Amino acid sequence: MTKTVLTVDDSPSIRRMIAMTLQEAGYAVIEAVDGQDGLSKALAQKVDAIITDQNMPNLDGLGFIRALRQHPQGKGIPIVVLSTDSEEGLKTQAREAGALGWMVKPFSQDKLLAVMRKVLG
Amino acid sequence: MTDDMAAIFREEVRDLLESLEKGLLDLKARPADMGLVNQVFRDLHTVKGSGAMFGFTELAAFIHEFETVFDRIRAGALAVTPEILRLALAAKDEIPGLVEGLADPEGRRGQILEGLQAVMGGGAVAEDAAEVAEGAGAAGIGAAGPQRLRFRLSGAALAMGARPELVLDELRGLGAEGIIADLADLPPLDRLDPEACAIGWEMDLPAGVTEAQVEDVFLFVDAEWKLTPAPVAAADAAPAAAGVAEAMTIAAPLAGTATDAVAPGSAPAAVAAAAAPAPAARGDQAGATIRVPAERLDALMDSVGELVIVEARLTELARQSRDPALIATAEQITRLAGGLRDATMTMRMVPLRSLVGRFRRLVMDLSDKLGKPVDFVVLGEETELDKTVIEKLADPLVHILRNAIDHGMETQAERAATEKPREGLIELSARHAGAEVLIRLRDDGRGMDVAKIRAKAVAKGLIPADAVLSEAQTFALIFEPGFSTAESVTELSGRGVGMDVVRRTIDSLRGSIEIESKPGLGTSVTLRLPLTLAIIEGLLIEVAGERYTLPMPTVQEIVELPPEKAQARRAGDFLDIRGRFVPFLRLRSLFDCPGQPGAAQNVVIVQSGETRVGIVVDRIVGTNQTVIKQMSKLHAGVRAVSGATILGDGSVALILDVQHLVGMGRLQGEPGQAPKEVAA
Repeated sequence: MTKTVLTVDDSPSIRRMIAMTLQEAGYAVIEAVDGQDGLSKALAQKVDAIITDQNMPNLDGLGFIRALRQHPQGKGIPIVVLSTDSEEGLKTQAREAGALGWMVKPFSQDKLLAVMRKVLG
Repeated sequence: MTDDMAAIFREEVRDLLESLEKGLLDLKARPADMGLVNQVFRDLHTVKGSGAMFGFTELAAFIHEFETVFDRIRAGALAVTPEILRLALAAKDEIPGLVEGLADPEGRRGQILEGLQAVMGGGAVAEDAAEVAEGAGAAGIGAAGPQRLRFRLSGAALAMGARPELVLDELRGLGAEGIIADLADLPPLDRLDPEACAIGWEMDLPAGVTEAQVEDVFLFVDAEWKLTPAPVAAADAAPAAAGVAEAMTIAAPLAGTATDAVAPGSAPAAVAAAAAPAPAARGDQAGATIRVPAERLDALMDSVGELVIVEARLTELARQSRDPALIATAEQITRLAGGLRDATMTMRMVPLRSLVGRFRRLVMDLSDKLGKPVDFVVLGEETELDKTVIEKLADPLVHILRNAIDHGMETQAERAATEKPREGLIELSARHAGAEVLIRLRDDGRGMDVAKIRAKAVAKGLIPADAVLSEAQTFALIFEPGFSTAESVTELSGRGVGMDVVRRTIDSLRGSIEIESKPGLGTSVTLRLPLTLAIIEGLLIEVAGERYTLPMPTVQEIVELPPEKAQARRAGDFLDIRGRFVPFLRLRSLFDCPGQPGAAQNVVIVQSGETRVGIVVDRIVGTNQTVIKQMSKLHAGVRAVSGATILGDGSVALILDVQHLVGMGRLQGEPGQAPKEVAA
């Protein structure tokens, strides 16, 4: 069965890169432009995994994860946070907020697919 | 990255720069507005992150300092000053040039960076150094001995989407064995929280697995884990078995306790539900597996083998007695013996994975040592083989692997001169094919040089200078004792021992080796091995009153020998099987049997590798369970026979060596090469 991945990022180029890479590998991809958009999309349909940026307008990544985990249908979805090396503290905060793990930017398409395999099997 | 993406990125940068400029100008009027500071930081962060993603590394490096300044301001460590804003706007103006890859002849970028560092007081540099040092700590060297790993998921891990079964799969990939579930903290069913994982796991990991590798497994799982050296008892068992754990893990289903209805879709919860009602009955927490010394399994297999022989004898006696009760009982025994045989053989099956861990290490070490970067890919490592086969396979595979890297792979310089990727590819694949397992080791190296091998063989006196050899026969020369193509003897391979040992080992496993090689494209070595060594399904045939067994998996079909071919001729016996010519051998001639065959003879078509050969027999008796008994040392030189078995009536039947017979048939197929046996 096709797995659906939600990518939440305010950068269109990163969103496109993630979407194209995952679609080529056979995943269905939904895009959201910030945490608020991500939250409504994640709650509106069944999502198998989420990749989210941290720094976004309206609602940032951590806020989005915390809000999503409040909802019953938001539990159990693996969430991967995109971070940069300069955001050391984010990793712990992301775990506490309910993220499964993180991926450091920049990452390659192979790395992205490897992470998705790790998370979704 | 496609041009498309680069275009999207450029457009994105344009938008971000507009927003950035506006933010910086607004900050001039309202320097204390943290909303504006955050927006500027976010814009810079996005340009930097996306830039790095799409290969604009210079841009990302340039923005890093710029971003750090605003991070400090965000944190309250720095205040917005006119100087910072002047530098920031100047820096912003450099970004389009960086995106377009324009040079900076006047050194403006350097001046801006110096200016930014100056406003921060040089602190950023020290911080970066600390980050690098922290990153370096993740590497590590694997422990020298076997290790024990324990892990337990955090209470929230399942709600966070962690999948323990994926973690276990990954750990198995690292060579984990003897995985035991720790159910000590498992609450009774009525108090079970379906969102919490109350199970811990414990397992053996082979030597060489590093902390960093384990950390990588747990990257996406909130879990506590601990890697320690294995207890001494387990370490004692390891060396004797050549890398395969002496004690094997047997899955023991918890009979009658599983309730399918509970918590579908959540593996750990299902395991928990299955186990929950059981603790009182079992009285301990042994988990779902037990460890048994390998020799006990060997003894069990021997007993099952004897049982199968006695069962055949009983069936024969029952048939003769015509006593319905005895016949019914014999049939029951047959069924039970079959089940017991299958169960016993399954217990002896070990995945190839148990070997792969040390191959990975070997490849890594060799490629480092020789300066030949190699990508080692393993396919089908879950393929299972009999434990004895796996144990004996370790050394031959190591030899072949070494040869592939040492001789097969080009040096980096040679490789650079070709169109091949810089990194060499070595692929180990395993799959089942009928009752055989195919293990293939493929490299994309320089391939084998037929002329060079031939010259070497002639020089070593292995073949006469005028010998006529096919390509396959030439490749097979490398398995001759004392043969080595290495131009110089290296530390790793090329001592002239090894490849002949490889063939002897594979022969002893009733397997075969095939080599395919294309100059410049690489070499692939295929090992064909029987699934099991102990009991096979056999086709019983009769020739001149003697009975023989052919391994059933090798039998393709049985046809009648056409009358015009009935008389023994010299070489060149062929059958037309649906348009394909198949050479055939007459066992009567081969075994020098006196007398004449009956009017109707059958031809059993057998296959080994890609080659088919017909075997002419007097009569087909039927199929039987063949318990293989090794021939004594006195018969070691007999080539056409691979073993013997005891039939239901107590008589002995020889097991024909199909591979050898096919080899003879193949020779017959090549003009002027008729073997003496056939000509008789």
